[in-house]
Parts: sequence; C-alpha cells; structure tokens
Amino acid sequence: MRSPQAGLQADAATSPPAVEVIGLHKQFGALEVLKGVSLSAKNGDVVAIIGGSGSGKSTMLRCINMLELPTSGAISIQGETIEMKPDGRGGLRPANAAQLRRIRTRLAMVFQSFNLWQHMTVLGNVIEAPVQVMGVSRDEAIARAEKLLERVGLSDKRDVYPAFLSGGQQQRAAIARALAVEPEVMLFDEPTSALDPELVGEVLAVIADLAREGRTMLLVTHEMKFAREVANHVVFLADGVIEEEGPPDIVYSAPKSERLQKFLATVE
Amino acid sequence: MLDWISGFAAWELLALQPPGWGGVLLAGLAVSLQVAVGGYMLGFLIGICGATGKLYGGPILRDVLDVYTTLVRAVPELVLILLLYYAGTDALNQIMILIGAERTDISGLAAGIFVIGVVQGAYQTEVLRGAFKAVPYGEIEAARAYGLSPFQVLRRITLPGMLPHAVPGLSNLWLIATKDTALLAVVGVAELTLVTRQAGGSTKHYFLFFFAAGLLYLMVTLLSNVVIRRVERHARRGMPAVR
Repeated sequence: MRSPQAGLQADAATSPPAVEVIGLHKQFGALEVLKGVSLSAKNGDVVAIIGGSGSGKSTMLRCINMLELPTSGAISIQGETIEMKPDGRGGLRPANAAQLRRIRTRLAMVFQSFNLWQHMTVLGNVIEAPVQVMGVSRDEAIARAEKLLERVGLSDKRDVYPAFLSGGQQQRAAIARALAVEPEVMLFDEPTSALDPELVGEVLAVIADLAREGRTMLLVTHEMKFAREVANHVVFLADGVIEEEGPPDIVYSAPKSERLQKFLATVE
Repeated sequence: MLDWISGFAAWELLALQPPGWGGVLLAGLAVSLQVAVGGYMLGFLIGICGATGKLYGGPILRDVLDVYTTLVRAVPELVLILLLYYAGTDALNQIMILIGAERTDISGLAAGIFVIGVVQGAYQTEVLRGAFKAVPYGEIEAARAYGLSPFQVLRRITLPGMLPHAVPGLSNLWLIATKDTALLAVVGVAELTLVTRQAGGSTKHYFLFFFAAGLLYLMVTLLSNVVIRRVERHARRGMPAVR
C-alpha cells in the first residue's frame, strides 16, 4: 500500500508537487467562475483556501478530482497530469477514464454535505472504495476500517446507518471513508459548513489531528481561525483569481490587497 | 339465487384428479404465475434500461423511449395484447421465412411473457426514472470521487439507493402483472382465467369455478404482500421511520 508519508521522506526539492494546478479556467455558460488559477502544494502541505461565497474556491477544489470539468488548464497529482481532451463544446473532458479512476483513489474528498451512502452502514461506507476499487480483501478492509473508526471516535457506530447519526458523526464517518483509501492528498470542501455550531469542534479536531501527522491537504473553509492554526499556506481567492497567498501569519496579519483586508474585516 | 348457492354443493368438482378440475385450475395458475414472473422480470430489465436511457441517454434515444412509454401507456392493454400477440408472431414468422428458416409456432407462454414484459417495461421505466432521480446527487458524486466506474456507481450506489423509492410503485406493478395475465385468455393462453372458463363451461358450475379462481388470485396477492413487506423493510433499512 502507498504511504502518505512516502513523499515526505523523498527529497522535497526533487520530488514533483503533490498537487499542481496550472492555468485553471472554468466557465458555467456565460459566467466565468475561475479565471486562470495556478496553485502548487508539496507533500505534507496544508493549504487553506479562503474567500467569499462565489469566489470559486469550491469549484477549484472540485476541478482537482474532475467532479467539475475545467474549461481549460491542467491538473497534476504527484507529477502525473490528468489526461484531458476537447469536449467539442469549448471545454475539456477526461481522455483516459482508467487513469482518472486511478488518480481519484489517490485523492480523497470530504464534502460539505457528507454524501455518505445512505443504504450502507458506517462500516460499509468506509470499506466500499478499498474493496470495490482498490481490490483490498474484505477482511483486511474491515480490520483497517475499525482502526480508522476508532481514530475518529465512531467505533460504537460501525453498524449504524448514516441517517441515524448527527451531522458531526456523519462528517467524521466521511473522514474515515476518506482515510480508508490511504490518500496521498485529501480535499476538504467546506467540511463544517453544514454543521450545527456545537458540532463543528469535533470535526475540526479530527482534521487538525490529520494535519499534525503530515497529511497533504487542501482545505476550503470558512473557519478562519482554524485555517490559520492548521495551514502552512493560505490562498485567498476573489472573483476567480488568486488575489493573495502566503504563510498564514503574513496573510492574516499583514494582508496586502484591499479585498483581503475587507474580507478579513467582515469575517473577524 | 338458490341456483348459485346450490352450485357449492358440487365441491367434488374441485378435486385434483379428474373428473375434478382442481388440477387443471392449478396448472392454469402455474402458467399465470410463469407469465407474471417472466413478464415482470423482462419488464424490470426494460425498465432499468429505459430509465437510465431516459435520464442519461442522447436526444434520439430519449425520443425513442418517450414514444415507447407514451404509446404503450396510451393504448388499452387488451388491444396491445391482441396486437403484439398476433402481429408479433406474424412478424416473427415473416422474418423466419425471410432468413430461410422454418415457420415456427411460438408458444403461448413465451408470447405471453413478451407481451406482459413490453407493457410492464413502459410502466416500470417511469417508476424507476422517478426513483433514480430521488437518489441524492451527492452520493453519486462521492462514488465518482472515490474512483467507482460508471457501472459500479449504478450497481453499488444508484440501484440500491433508489430501491426504497421504487418499491411502492414496483409492488403495485407486480400485482397488476399477476392480474394482467388474465387478459391473455383472449389469445388462448391456458392461464387460470381461460381454464376456469373451460371448467365452468363443461360442468355448468360457473360460480364455483370462478369463485375458486378468485380465491387463488387473492392468495397470490396476499403472499405477494408478505414478500413486498420484507423487501420494503430491507430497502428502507438506512432510512429513519416516518412517524
């Protein structure tokens, strides 16, 4: 199995970036949501992507695993570029379905609305991709899933269906599902936005724990304080472009652009 | 009045061995059930293909499927049965002759399954289409994000996910299928209704035999309900009870 730490041990200067986004454009009809976004994350990086609603931050994240197909631009994971071809309508579509599926198992996404499979138990959700996509034996997948559920504090919920869990528990189950594929990069799409305020903390604690162990992650979030604590790089998106980026201390305490200053003032 | 009550006095006519007609009725019931099960399963296959085609297919496929579901649901089933049975067997024979094969006699059973299947297919397409749409899109998206192939998404996520929404409609269609088999009596398939008429005609005890046939249909429905309840409980396992 791949180890998420493998990249860390390699010489960071010579190994390709874990995620590289080059010149990403995304158009929905006449609306241009992303206007040329480029971004790179090394193995072990925790990149927080912040910005107002409609700034294109979720769209950018969803382009990385091709849930949203970019109009133009390129995505590489560990130096492997996702093969794309013109879709005949001015956009792009995947050129190699097998490659895309393989790359998708190396990326794990945690969604705003959890998106757990409702007809499967928590355990069923966690072992689904390892068993169905990665060919891990059922017994091994279950053994590993139990460890992951213990880690996110859901050992006693393994045989429960998602609809019977609280939002915080569902999101922690979704994080266990993400960890089960032993991802090289984790993509968090506003993981706490759908939660009641009192449930946000338990999910953030799990994410912070993952950040500390050196997981590579891209985190779209509205939790400014949390982003500052866990991220080593902050990207501020406004109107489909990266307006400003840098280490969290500098971005937060000495914002250069007027827009970022305004944004920080409104969310404080 | 007294006449049909006295008909019950002829209970021995229901004996399984001749001169009783019980065995004939049960054989008719077996044919009815075979047609219903076969037609229903064929309809389910058509329904799955039709629903996925309508939802994800190209414009031409969607139009073709629209014509199919609209036509089949617009024309009375009896007319469809006559049409498909006679025209269908005729067309098949024309084709057999064209390709130089022997004229074949199509069994009433096979033709019946085909006819019921085509009718059921149109209704099941619509039931399944609605159920497919009820699966939260986020669940399908998550499956794609974790690398499931389109076929795996269908088999592992969409089909089981839509089942709780499809069971009520599909159970209705199953009960309708069991009774639609009676319409095949008009084209001479020896199903329960036709053999009941024959039994009644030969013995003049119409009421006795139709009453017995009615009881058999009722038993099929009651048994079906038991199975449907189990299927529904299983399909809804991930859903909190509605109070």
